[in-house]
Amino acid sequence: MMSFISYFINGLSLGSVYAIIALGYTMVYGIAKMLNFAHGDVIMIGGYVVFTVVSTMGLPPLAAILVAVIVCTVLGITIEKVAYRPLRMASPLAVLITAIGVSYLLQNIALLVFGSNPKSFTSVVSVPALKLAGGKLTISGETIVTIVTCIIIMIGLTTFIKKTKAGQAMLAVSEDKGAAQLMGINVDGTIALTFAIGSALAAIAGALLCSAYPTLTPYTGSMPGIKAFVAAVFGGIGSIPGAFLGGLLLGVIENLSKAYISSQLSDAIVFAVLIVVLLVKPTGILGKKINEKV
Amino acid sequence: MAILEVNNLEVYYGVIKALKDISFEVNEGEIVALIGANGAGKTTTLHTVTGLIKAAGGNIQFDGSDITKVRGDKIVSMGMAHVPEGRRVFASLTVYENLKLGAYTRKDKNEIEDTLDMIYQRFPRLLERKNQPAGTLSGGEQQMLAMGRALMSHPKLIVMDEPSMGLSPIYVNEIFNIIQDVNKTGTTVLLVEQNAKKALSIAHRAYVLETGSIVLSGDAKKLMNDESVKKAYLSE
Repeated sequence: MMSFISYFINGLSLGSVYAIIALGYTMVYGIAKMLNFAHGDVIMIGGYVVFTVVSTMGLPPLAAILVAVIVCTVLGITIEKVAYRPLRMASPLAVLITAIGVSYLLQNIALLVFGSNPKSFTSVVSVPALKLAGGKLTISGETIVTIVTCIIIMIGLTTFIKKTKAGQAMLAVSEDKGAAQLMGINVDGTIALTFAIGSALAAIAGALLCSAYPTLTPYTGSMPGIKAFVAAVFGGIGSIPGAFLGGLLLGVIENLSKAYISSQLSDAIVFAVLIVVLLVKPTGILGKKINEKV
Repeated sequence: MAILEVNNLEVYYGVIKALKDISFEVNEGEIVALIGANGAGKTTTLHTVTGLIKAAGGNIQFDGSDITKVRGDKIVSMGMAHVPEGRRVFASLTVYENLKLGAYTRKDKNEIEDTLDMIYQRFPRLLERKNQPAGTLSGGEQQMLAMGRALMSHPKLIVMDEPSMGLSPIYVNEIFNIIQDVNKTGTTVLLVEQNAKKALSIAHRAYVLETGSIVLSGDAKKLMNDESVKKAYLSE
């Protein structure tokens, strides 16, 4: 029983990282109607920035995360402006191919700058592990911090969208760009803001991911990126609570199948569950279609 | 005094010339109607005026400044609101949230609240349904919401594209009464309508568009009695 709880909590922690990444995917999809496949690699860049700042400049981890957030935010805005904005009127396929291109570009830049040798990442978390049930159940500091961070981000983001003008503008742009412009909303600016928020979250996800799985390579971001994409589709792409729920579910399913079924098959099981969900509910768990009267 | 002046406007869709040398003006306090058949260029004209489409030639003066090259979202804060064809309310947002978005360009919270109260008075239906997603409203209610949303920006000029389209006759009358009301409280109106009879009945002046050019213009009452207008647009 204790081991089940432990697997479950670790699953929640992994799922929290997926959820934070999935938020970036889902927000960008909701607003720009594109899949930003370079999103996973922004996580990797965030990881390298934290690594570099901590190991070469000796700054404390929190400062390093702040630097990573700034670097990734600027990176995200730049990618949007240089690679995606000129394609706003182009076919979705052109945008998709560009996103894949940006993904390879980021990986190869990292390869060039940091080399292919894995870097061993020092955890940014200094919270001590929690021992419960008389020492039978240990929850690591990384696990606690990751789950708590995810919850804070979720609450913060939901409040931002519901309560602020910029958040409402995001909803308006995601629904109808033309009508949003007629409200006086700067559509390009709002899309850039979305990329900025998604990339800032990716930096945080990068730091947390590398703290839990401390090897950092130029390809560190791709698998979590793809899984977070699955999580976003799972929960209903475009939906913020959906990304949160999809991320958590995916993490738990992955960890439990690793523990009880097969560690080799765990990814296959995750994707099989996705297929089943999409067959039953094509819009994802929380994806909804509002029936509009005409 | 002209609040909107359009001079020699030319617009292309690819190689097709959609507007050919269009000139018209809207004076402060007026209701001006643009009428014409499907594909005559009415909506294109409006979209160019509100900055959704860029003009290839000519210029547009609004409230003393040249807005030909100004971005659409900036034009809104200069005092021009647009009620788009097909209403285009934000379906998943509530009526209240839609109205608040209409005031996006305004800063003063108290003034926004005052305008909101005024709009709820003018459209009691919107107050009743303020927490309902806009997508669940009927067509007529959505049209009221689209108009209320545009009025939230406190515009000097309100531009309306086919406000009566797809509405039941009762709603059509109500919408036209509201347009007249809005105009009487000091907002200038530029109206595009296929329902020429209705549009001419409330407008002060009108322009008739045919395949991208203005073919007739003048006093709305006179146009109503013009034989060619009667024949082509009033189905008499």
